[in-house]
Amino acid sequence: MLHIKCPYCGMRSQNEFSYGGDASVKRPELNKEISDEEWDNFVYNRKSLRGKHLELWQHLSGCRQWIKVERDTATHEIFNTYKADEEIS
Amino acid sequence: MQKYSIFNLVKNAFSNHENWDLAWKDPTPKEEYDVVIIGGGGHGLATAYYLAKEHNITKVAIIEKGWIGGGNVGRNTTIIRSNYMHDENALFSEFGMDLWRKMSQDLNYNVMFSPRGIINLAHSDAQMNAYARRGNSMRLNGIDAVLLNREQVKEIIPMADFSENVRFPIFGGLMQPSAGTARHDAVAWGYARQADSMGVDIIQNCEVTGFDVTAGKINGIRTSRGNIKTKKVGLCVAGSTNILAEKLNMTLPIETHLLQACVSEPVKPILDRVVTFGAGHFYISQSDKGEMVMGGDLDGYNSYAQRGNLPTLQHVLTEGIAMMPFLSKLKMLRTWGGIMDMSMDGSPIIDKTHIDGLYLNCGWCYGGFKATPASGWTFAHTIAQDRVHELNAGFSLNRFSTGHLIDEKGLGTKTWIS
Repeated sequence: MLHIKCPYCGMRSQNEFSYGGDASVKRPELNKEISDEEWDNFVYNRKSLRGKHLELWQHLSGCRQWIKVERDTATHEIFNTYKADEEIS
Repeated sequence: MQKYSIFNLVKNAFSNHENWDLAWKDPTPKEEYDVVIIGGGGHGLATAYYLAKEHNITKVAIIEKGWIGGGNVGRNTTIIRSNYMHDENALFSEFGMDLWRKMSQDLNYNVMFSPRGIINLAHSDAQMNAYARRGNSMRLNGIDAVLLNREQVKEIIPMADFSENVRFPIFGGLMQPSAGTARHDAVAWGYARQADSMGVDIIQNCEVTGFDVTAGKINGIRTSRGNIKTKKVGLCVAGSTNILAEKLNMTLPIETHLLQACVSEPVKPILDRVVTFGAGHFYISQSDKGEMVMGGDLDGYNSYAQRGNLPTLQHVLTEGIAMMPFLSKLKMLRTWGGIMDMSMDGSPIIDKTHIDGLYLNCGWCYGGFKATPASGWTFAHTIAQDRVHELNAGFSLNRFSTGHLIDEKGLGTKTWIS
């Protein structure tokens, strides 16, 4: 079982969280000409990396906050967790 | 090639079965091939077989990182069906059903195809209506479908929970009588043996490390066992699709997720159908050895681990026990996981790509095993003729841009939601 450190609540079991997918995907900016390709990349296309993967989770059965988790998709090691609006260097 | 028959079985008995031919060779890679198939799973092996058989292309190599049949073709729950509503999936799968029926004869290898029927249980009036609609769509496409009421289901699977006060009472179900199971390893080995006998090189323990692409054309691949020249490459690598796509600078509408399955200890025959729970995601059948073969949801987050996590297994088996309470008395014998190439609309991709000579076969989600023959057949056609067959025309890569999605389950792009 994964143990995810919620930045608001601390270390909790995976059972309290729900998954939100790749966190590196950015919605195309508003008020700007957007190509079909940009929309495709936002809606459908995913890198689905093997190894370090930055992803969204929601602490659904806890504080209900969305967070970012940096996790290895092959070993499931969790390197770091961030608040959703936190800048990641 | 030595034919497998009762006479050869008896003949070889006299020499203690020590003189059987090897089922396939272990060749060293040649310098050049007409077609290279990457991935020695069910789909890759079937593709090579149909390239040789239907299109007379035998200078073919299958490049496999591990050993053939060690991936999803050996990790699935062996279910074969064509109970789809949308035309693309229905016609493609039904074409495959015909290949399944003939497979043991065709391959001279007993794949133990057992058309025992599949029942999808319904747990509400609304679900009965939805199944009636799906059943009608299937019948319009020439696929057998029978809508069963509660009493009829009870007659077939009396061990399911038909008590009055359960959370998800059984209202009825949709049955496809011609669906069934087959022995998955035999499918891989049968295709491998025949492909090998027609001249296909099956190269195991050979990892693809890169591609030679010049001016939008494929010229060869780089592997851990040297470079191989070829004008045509077919990608059949399921959960590893994104890893190879990255080497080609392609980003695909695919995510890799982990799906678990498990078997119980073997018990006497009790269940002679495939049954799925309609209020969640759980499916069950009984193997010839007596094990209850079960599976259900994805683990729910991107994973390449080929090994599952217990919360999902617990969730899936809770559904199983809700459906068939006797399961709670059984001990678990084995659990395992495989990595799925989950596409963004739940349907596969068999298509050409923007790179000349590179062909793509991926996006099989939960249903890769049953598609093995049809996938191999259509992919071989696509590679040999350099154009898609009408059976896989809908499984195009650009349908995501054009909006022609085949969203069988209506789930949208959150592939981990079931």
